Amino acid sequence: MNIGEIALLVQGKILTDGVNTKLEVGGAFAGDLMSDVLATIKPEAILITGLNNPQVIRTALIADVRMVIIARGKQPSMDMIELATSEGMPMVSSPLGLFELSARLAENNIVSFEQAFDLSKYD
Amino acid sequence: MSNQGYLSDSSAARITRVEELAYELTIAEVMTKDPLTLAINMSMRDALDLFAKYKISGAPVAKDGKLIGILSTEDLIRSLRDGRIDRKVTEYMTHNVFTIRKHEQVVEALKLFNKTKVGRLPVVDENNNLVGIMTKGDISNGVLEALQRDLEAEELIRYRASHLFEDIVSDRTSLILRYSIKKDDFLHGGAASNRIKKALLRLGASNQVARKCGIAVYEAEMNLIIHTNNGGFLRVEVEENKIIMEAYDDGPGIPDIDKAMTPGWSTASSEVRNKGFGAGMGLVNINNCVDEMVIKSSKESGTNLFMIMYLDKASKQE
Repeated sequence: MNIGEIALLVQGKILTDGVNTKLEVGGAFAGDLMSDVLATIKPEAILITGLNNPQVIRTALIADVRMVIIARGKQPSMDMIELATSEGMPMVSSPLGLFELSARLAENNIVSFEQAFDLSKYD
Repeated sequence: MSNQGYLSDSSAARITRVEELAYELTIAEVMTKDPLTLAINMSMRDALDLFAKYKISGAPVAKDGKLIGILSTEDLIRSLRDGRIDRKVTEYMTHNVFTIRKHEQVVEALKLFNKTKVGRLPVVDENNNLVGIMTKGDISNGVLEALQRDLEAEELIRYRASHLFEDIVSDRTSLILRYSIKKDDFLHGGAASNRIKKALLRLGASNQVARKCGIAVYEAEMNLIIHTNNGGFLRVEVEENKIIMEAYDDGPGIPDIDKAMTPGWSTASSEVRNKGFGAGMGLVNINNCVDEMVIKSSKESGTNLFMIMYLDKASKQE
């Protein structure tokens, strides 16, 4: 699916100008703690999060995220939208919660872009 | 670009590069220079022949270099309908012509195109001499060319930066980046790390190396913001074959480093967790991303986090 289709599927609004809505995305990751995201997200994922602050965008940039979906209808600040726009990070606000969002994407063949975290070496 | 074709105040806060260019570029940069002009003694038939020959749909009419009117295909059609193709162009041309000055911004032309619905605008200099003509197509071409120049400039910077270590010869060349990180500055949290990541990409690091180093310094940066007394510093030293990253602060020190290295263990407050941090994965993430990690910490001298990423030639981007 591409970014435009995904935005439609989650009843989302694209908040960043100049988005290439035809860009294809194959997988997603959901989480609210940014270190969890960095620990296990694969590159080129959709990041679904309930967190609503500029660190989401900075984390997404570091982790080579392809698209950010802010859940539960939260409205990002103008600063956050500006940051996302200037860095070319597509950002969508959706009224759905994390579970519903993930379920809808999974139903439409978006796979998990979460790589298992190897805990064994910390035993 | 907004539907109006130019910026409203409410959308001014969100400006794309294309919109910026509408303000940066001047008419003189995008216009067609020395356009074909019609002389006042020409007939409509002469104009028809010229339009057909040069595949244009309109041209200014000038006398002694001064604009006196503009003729379009609609005017030609009117003269054909009237069966008066041999009359002078001055009879059928539009006399009161919208013009634009060559030093104006492109956005002014966009406004005028929208307001007047004309297809082309003659361009004049400060003495009202005709110096060019422009259509919306000229604007698109001008913007595309400017975007191409942007791209080439970035590529050139990237090329120069990535050849730094070849161009500058010494026994051991390195580039040092330093960032001062303020305590509790969540607003800018991660900004330094993103700059570091971009710098590494410019220097020719692969996407994977830039991502891993980015994650490591991001976690270190957030630790300085969340856990220190007075903030601290990030220092990144780039060499041809390795990247050394350091974070240091003046306290309060990590009481139990082993515990801090346990996945999920965190001392962060619920307030910090609400901001999306304190997952207890910071040092763990760093350890997973870099090739070597050393932490030295004491109550007296604070914490020094030392990280190395080795670059083998094979993983470098050409």
